[in-house]
Amino acid sequence: MKSFNTAWRNIRRSPYQAFAAILIMTLTFLVVSFFVFILVGSSKIVSYFESVPEVTAFFKNEASQEDINALENELSQTGKISSVKFVSKEEAVEIYKEQNKNDPILIEFVTADVLPASFEISAYEIEDLGSISEMLKKTPIVEQVIYQKDVISALTAWTSAIRKIGISLIILLSLVSVFIMVTIIGIKISHKKEDIEIMRLIGATSWYIRWPFIIEGIFYACIGAFVGWTIASGTLLYTTPFLESFLKGIPVLPVSYLSLLELLGLELILAVILGVLSSFLAVLRYLK
Amino acid sequence: MIKFDNVSKKFATGTVALSDVSLSIDKGEFVFLVGSTGSGKTTLFRLLIRDILPTEGKVFVNELEVTNLPKNKLPHLRKGVGVVFQDLKLLLDRTVFENVALPLEVSGINSENARLKVEEVLRQVGLNEHKDKFPVQLSGGEVQRVAIARALVLAPQILLADEPTGNLDQSTSWEIVQILSEINKKGATVIMATHNSDIIKNMNKRIIHIEEGKIIKDEKSHEQKPHKETHRNEKKADNEKEPKESKEEKKK
Repeated sequence: MKSFNTAWRNIRRSPYQAFAAILIMTLTFLVVSFFVFILVGSSKIVSYFESVPEVTAFFKNEASQEDINALENELSQTGKISSVKFVSKEEAVEIYKEQNKNDPILIEFVTADVLPASFEISAYEIEDLGSISEMLKKTPIVEQVIYQKDVISALTAWTSAIRKIGISLIILLSLVSVFIMVTIIGIKISHKKEDIEIMRLIGATSWYIRWPFIIEGIFYACIGAFVGWTIASGTLLYTTPFLESFLKGIPVLPVSYLSLLELLGLELILAVILGVLSSFLAVLRYLK
Repeated sequence: MIKFDNVSKKFATGTVALSDVSLSIDKGEFVFLVGSTGSGKTTLFRLLIRDILPTEGKVFVNELEVTNLPKNKLPHLRKGVGVVFQDLKLLLDRTVFENVALPLEVSGINSENARLKVEEVLRQVGLNEHKDKFPVQLSGGEVQRVAIARALVLAPQILLADEPTGNLDQSTSWEIVQILSEINKKGATVIMATHNSDIIKNMNKRIIHIEEGKIIKDEKSHEQKPHKETHRNEKKADNEKEPKESKEEKKK
C-alpha cells in the first residue's frame, strides 16, 4: 500500500515524464488494437469465403440463351451443384446500382451493355470448386471464371503481408516504448538517488525501494493500454456502419463488446509485462 | 556487543582512514569517540552499519560478523543500529513526522502503530509541536533532534551519533547529550563522536581518542569507582572555561 502511495507521488511530481510514458504506451497499444482488428477481420473474411463454395462464371456477350441453358443442364448433371442462378445483364446493372447507390457518378456511366451476364453456381463441397471451374473455363461461351480459390489466395496473401508488417511494427513499438520507459524511470531513480541512499542506510530492503518504480512502470503501461484500446475500439464502433456496407453481407461486423473486453484484458496483461520489464530493466541498470 | 578486530580501512583514493583498530564496547555503555576531523570517527560508524567494508579485519555487532554478512541481511542489521548521521540525511521534501516514521515504514509497521511510536519519540526529543513542519523550517538544534528521533524510533540496541552537537551552541548541545544519555539509561549502547571537550568532561563516560586512524587513548569511565576529587576538579575546570566561551560566542 505504501509502495502505491510512493509510486503515485512520484507520478504526480513529474507530470511531463508521466505524460511521455503514457503517450508512447498509448501509441503502442493503439497499433496493437488496430492490427488485431485487421487480422481477426481478414481471417474471418477468408473463412467466410471458404465456408461458402461458390463459383461465378461470366458469359461472353455473344453467348446465346440456348448455350446458356445447355450449360445449366450440363452442370446439374454433374451432381456436384446445389444451385445455379442466372444473373442477366439487366440484373447485373440493378445489383451494381444497388451496391453503389451512394455514388451517382459511378452509376451514370454503367449500362447493361458493359456488364456481363453470369451464373452464380453453388457447390455442395468446396473441394469440387476446382473441377467445376475447370469445366466452365473449357466452355466457349464463358469469358471468365471467378471462384473463392482466387479470392482466398489473394486474401491470404494480403493477410500474411499485413500480419508480417503488423507484428514487426508491434515489436518495434514495444521496444521503443520499453526503452523510453527505462529512460524515464532511470531519470526518476537518479533524481531520487540521495533519498534511496538514505532509505538503504536506515534499513530499507532492495524490494522496498524497487516496488514503487515497478508499480510506476505498470501504471504507465496499463493507462497507455486502456487509452489505446479505447481509441481503437471507439474508432471501430464508429466506423462499423460504413464498414458493414463495404463488406456487403460478409458476417464480420459488428464486433461484440465481449470480444472487445477480451482484447482489453489481453492488452492489460501485455501492458503489465511491458511495464514490469521496463521498470525492472531500469531498476537493474540504475539501482545497484 | 560491538567489536573491531584489527580493522584497517584504506580508501580507493589512497587515504588511510583506519589502521589496525581493535576495540570492544559492551552492551549498555556510553562511549565518546573523540578526534579531530578526518581522524576516522565517521569511518568507524560506516563500518558498523556496513555502509563500507574494511580493507582488513573483522567487525562484529551483536555477535554478528558484519564484515561477512550476506547482502540480504543488511536491512536487519541496519534496523538494529540507529544512526544520527553527521549530515543528518533527512528527506527534505518530507515533514518531521514523515522523516521519523520512515524507519517504521521501511520495516512495514502499520500506520496506526507507527503514528503512536513516532509521537512518543517526538515527545521524547521535545518536537511534537513541530511534527508537521519541514526540516528547512526548523532550527539547527531541532533538525538534530529530528535525526535523533528517527534513529530512535525503532528502539535500537545501539545508537551511533556522529557529531550530533557539531554546530550547535553550548546549551543546545547539552540538551542533545542529555537526550542521548536518557536513551543510554534505558539500556541502549550509545556511541557519540564529538570534539566538544566540555561535554566529554562533564559526562564522565568512557572516552576513546582516535587520531589519524589509530586509537591513541581509551579512558574508561570513572562511574564504577567514583573518584570524588577528580570529579570536583573537572567541574571546577568547566566553570572556569564557560565564561570564556560565551565571550567568544558574543564576538562571533
